[in-house]
Amino acid sequence: MLPVLSPKHPMRAAIPELPQARLQELADHYANAVAAKRRQMSLGSAFLVGAVLAAGWMGDVDPWKFAENFWRFPAYFAGMVPKFSFASAWVDLAEWFWGLPRWMRLLGDTLLIAYVGTLTGAIGGFVLCFLASANLVRSRAIVFLTRRALEFCRTVPEIVFALIFVLAFGLGPLPGVLALAIHTMGALGKQFAEVVENIDSKPIEGVAASGGSWLQIVRFGAVPQVLSNFASYALLRFEYNVRSAAVMGFVGAGGIGQDLIEAVRKFYFTDVSAILLLIVATVMVIDFITERVRHHLLGLQDAGT
Amino acid sequence: MTALDDENRAAIAERHPEIFRTDWRRRSMIVTGLGAAVGLFLFGIVQLDIPLKRLSDGLFMLGGFLRLMLPPDPGSWAQALIYLHALGETLSIAFLGTLGGALLAFPASLLAARNVVANRIVHFLSRRGLDTIRGIDTLIWALIWVGVVGLGPFAGILALVCSDFGTFGKLFSEAIEAADRKPVEGIQAAGGNHLHGIRFGLLPQVVPILLSQVLYYFESNTRSATIIGIVGAGGIGLQLAEQIRVLEWQRVSFLILLILVAVSAIDWISSKLRFAIIGRRAIA
Repeated sequence: MLPVLSPKHPMRAAIPELPQARLQELADHYANAVAAKRRQMSLGSAFLVGAVLAAGWMGDVDPWKFAENFWRFPAYFAGMVPKFSFASAWVDLAEWFWGLPRWMRLLGDTLLIAYVGTLTGAIGGFVLCFLASANLVRSRAIVFLTRRALEFCRTVPEIVFALIFVLAFGLGPLPGVLALAIHTMGALGKQFAEVVENIDSKPIEGVAASGGSWLQIVRFGAVPQVLSNFASYALLRFEYNVRSAAVMGFVGAGGIGQDLIEAVRKFYFTDVSAILLLIVATVMVIDFITERVRHHLLGLQDAGT
Repeated sequence: MTALDDENRAAIAERHPEIFRTDWRRRSMIVTGLGAAVGLFLFGIVQLDIPLKRLSDGLFMLGGFLRLMLPPDPGSWAQALIYLHALGETLSIAFLGTLGGALLAFPASLLAARNVVANRIVHFLSRRGLDTIRGIDTLIWALIWVGVVGLGPFAGILALVCSDFGTFGKLFSEAIEAADRKPVEGIQAAGGNHLHGIRFGLLPQVVPILLSQVLYYFESNTRSATIIGIVGAGGIGLQLAEQIRVLEWQRVSFLILLILVAVSAIDWISSKLRFAIIGRRAIA
């Protein structure tokens, strides 16, 4: 609590006091503002609670079932811990990671699926993003159609594409690569187009004024401004695609997911934990590397402008 | 305007040699980089054993599927109602998953923010813990929760809660670390303790940012929620995977259309709400 100065205190004289009527008016305003805020908050909370209840009813949320079965969750993870003692650490470790050569090969495949898919998609997105940028293309129709096509590629989840492609192209990494490529094209195409729409228009005008064709405008006016940003977005997408590629195997589209879902379905608990650890470690390493490279790229961009 | 003739060009080149000189170092770096990228791409194609012949056959088959998909048709009204119910399940999964993940992630993000808990070990452990959780895909979480609470949308909700916990924990803690220190210092200077500083100095700054991040993820979670049905965690993905397996292409395209409409609707609503909360400025 702050000490309240008594009316006779000499310091009080230094502060001019407002007339009572004005004070009352200000206090009323304050009370009104607080009440309005409270009303808004309670209305919002009521709406939120209503939505939670409706969603809970719709989503079969059952707290009793949850409470009854929750012990299985830690038990699941406890079951994944392998037999391990320091006396025979090496043997135990070798037994836990018995499939290491095969898993490493599959992990390598997963990374390659992510890489090939990202690169293909990035090239597609690179080509399409210029058509989706309103500052480079006059025709509203082309911009609109390209944007809708990119939106379609982006919104349909990659695993749905993978499910369909597995039927068309057969089991293996090919449908996984294609599914990732299409999704990446949609996602990167949009992000690239946003970058392109925010570039400086002077170089574009310069190339156009000296008689450059549309391709020359894009090549010499737009591309030099956006390249480092594009690379940074593509790397971020690669990071995301590594995670996606790890589960592509769930639907038969190659990579480590195939072994993981088999281990889960057959309750080979220690295999599940070994594969999960490998995936998490790989994802972390890739995150670390891409973050480094991205900071480097963005630094280059800052130095350039 | 006359075009630049050769004589003029030569004169300009002579006056500014540094602009016209070929930069071999830069050029060789670009060529090496591109060569490495293309090389890895080709290596990938060989290593993954991608049969190029199957590409053309597959594209032909895909064209056939596309023809069979038109026009989209749910089959019957009863079937359409089932699909709409599944869509409702998906939206519930996305909503509750996002909300639950955000509520759980908030305290964890305070732990992981360096300006709230200054302890190095706590910071390191919570960050790495969140990274581990984030490294596991939503589909894998769904597989695990299906084993715990059985098939159905509830498993999907819990899966999204888990994966969002990791994502939000990281995003929130970064937003908190980026907050301005001055309000907190002001409150501490006026005699408030550490908790007062967080409650009245930090939270008013970060809560709007956190809310907009949550709303932003609601849309991407709707997309995740459409697919976790593939491993049996409820929602429209279950129906979609089933119809793809039995090659009912018209129903497949109807379901995909339904998903597209739902995701765009959520996107629209969440961006409206986001702008209402933080105003029309860029979202960090």
